[in-house]
Amino acid sequence: MILAAILAGGTGTRFGSASMPKQFLELGSKPILVHTVEKFLVHPAVEHVAVLTPRAWLSHSESILAAACGADAAVTVLEGGETRNGTLRRALDFVEERFGKEQAHTLLTHDAVRPFVTHRIISDNIEAAQTHGACDTVIAATDTIVESEDGRFISSIPERRRMFQGQTPQSFDAKKLRRLMDSLSPAEETALTDACKIFALRGEPVALVNGETNNIKITYPYDLQVAQTLLGD
Amino acid sequence: MIATVYRLTAPGMIEPCCRELSPAAGGVLLRPFRLSVCRADQRYYQGQRSPEALKAKLPMALLHECCAEVICDPSGQYRRGELVVPVPNLPAEADPFIAENYLFSSRFRSSGYDGYLQEYFMEDPARLVRAPKGVKPEVCAFLELVSVSMHAIRRFEGIAHNRRERLAVWGDGNLGYITALLLRAMYPKARLLVLGTVAAKLALFSFADRALLVDDLRAGARETLCDHAFECVGGGGCQPAINQMIDVIAPEGTMALLGVSENLVGLNTRMVLEKGLRLFGSSRSGLADFQQTAALLAQSPRLAAALEQLVGEIVPIRAVADIHTAFRVDAQHSFGKTVLSFLI
Repeated sequence: MILAAILAGGTGTRFGSASMPKQFLELGSKPILVHTVEKFLVHPAVEHVAVLTPRAWLSHSESILAAACGADAAVTVLEGGETRNGTLRRALDFVEERFGKEQAHTLLTHDAVRPFVTHRIISDNIEAAQTHGACDTVIAATDTIVESEDGRFISSIPERRRMFQGQTPQSFDAKKLRRLMDSLSPAEETALTDACKIFALRGEPVALVNGETNNIKITYPYDLQVAQTLLGD
Repeated sequence: MIATVYRLTAPGMIEPCCRELSPAAGGVLLRPFRLSVCRADQRYYQGQRSPEALKAKLPMALLHECCAEVICDPSGQYRRGELVVPVPNLPAEADPFIAENYLFSSRFRSSGYDGYLQEYFMEDPARLVRAPKGVKPEVCAFLELVSVSMHAIRRFEGIAHNRRERLAVWGDGNLGYITALLLRAMYPKARLLVLGTVAAKLALFSFADRALLVDDLRAGARETLCDHAFECVGGGGCQPAINQMIDVIAPEGTMALLGVSENLVGLNTRMVLEKGLRLFGSSRSGLADFQQTAALLAQSPRLAAALEQLVGEIVPIRAVADIHTAFRVDAQHSFGKTVLSFLI
């Protein structure tokens, strides 16, 4: 099966005084989370969408998704974990329990706060994950990336043409992802907050999928203004 | 849901814009599957329309010829994954005497209203026609153009007298080819004459009884070559074409004018009067024309196969740059339809 896990675990601490996590803020006429979930639901290849959300927001998430997508939509709202990896494990648990542990599944993981993801990006993720076992959505870096070991002085400046900025989806062969996550030591578990990094660390290929510059992550109030401007025609 | 619309903002410039859609709010949610470039789209893309027209109509998503995939239909009429052809004419009212495509109140996609260059779009289920079984999606992509010929022939049937033994088509381009093909299918016993200017293109009209270069046409003062005629030339060539039609058509014949010209056209009205000719204009099409076209194609596999001859390059669209490629490719060909395989 091909499934999407929408990671809506953020509590919105970076969103200043906003009273609710940013994925529940309105963009146009709907919450950001609804826009994102709808984009996966309408993709003909995606068979089910799991939404992983903070415990306190479970029922709110269910309500807004049922209102927008209908009660019979192929969506399941689940409680997310304490960490990104914890949330990812819960998504894997759900996939295995609901759709079988032995079957092959392709799992697309996506930030709830990237509602501008396109049909093409989703299609390319599915193809790349099924061909290579894992993929990451990226765009070429336009700014020079500067590395600093101590935060005070430059330690290196990598060549820009080899630098990319990570977006989502990140997509995986679910069994392979489970196997690699189970192989993490407690120290690695804490340090590795990016699933693609786990693959890379274990020497497994992670294909690059072209993202889009407007596949922005709505992290700060400024981003929401940008998103509203992108939508406001 | 946020969907991307690819709008022409100025000649040669296409920019992605975002728009909110509500799939569960009614209407059929569709995704373009195969699209086709029309000459009208090319004129906008190349900036060949007047500055006033460009200012009034841009920014706008181009393309009104489309075969789309059904994503969801709350009305339950269409299944997910079904292929349909949407009618680009969007009437706001019904009139007992004026067809939907001639009402000033109607909107038309890619003419002042967004066309189908969109990641997803919504449509009233009543404005969709199922893609006919057995017909390739690449042909369904330009079913709209076939329906334009169908519309002209249906109007002709209501206007022309019933002696329809000799029919003629002027124009060896896409519209001429399609109109001649439909006439062949709908009037199999009529003698079909096609006139054009390019011998290589006329060679494709092997289904006609005669295909002649306009310069080779000779008719005596009392000799006529057709009972009725269809002009599918347009542009600068339509004036000599229409006057030649007037010269060789039989008295009381009907002439359908389908070609678009940006300039005024001088006609030999003395002969129009002398012969008592009927000239009528025909533009675009409506739902009934789409339905009849789909039905005809479903019944006539040979007709559908002959339309496949028109499919030129199929350009996969994965990025905005590919849209530009499709328009460039299309501009290089004087015959055939450029089809966009929509993957973006």
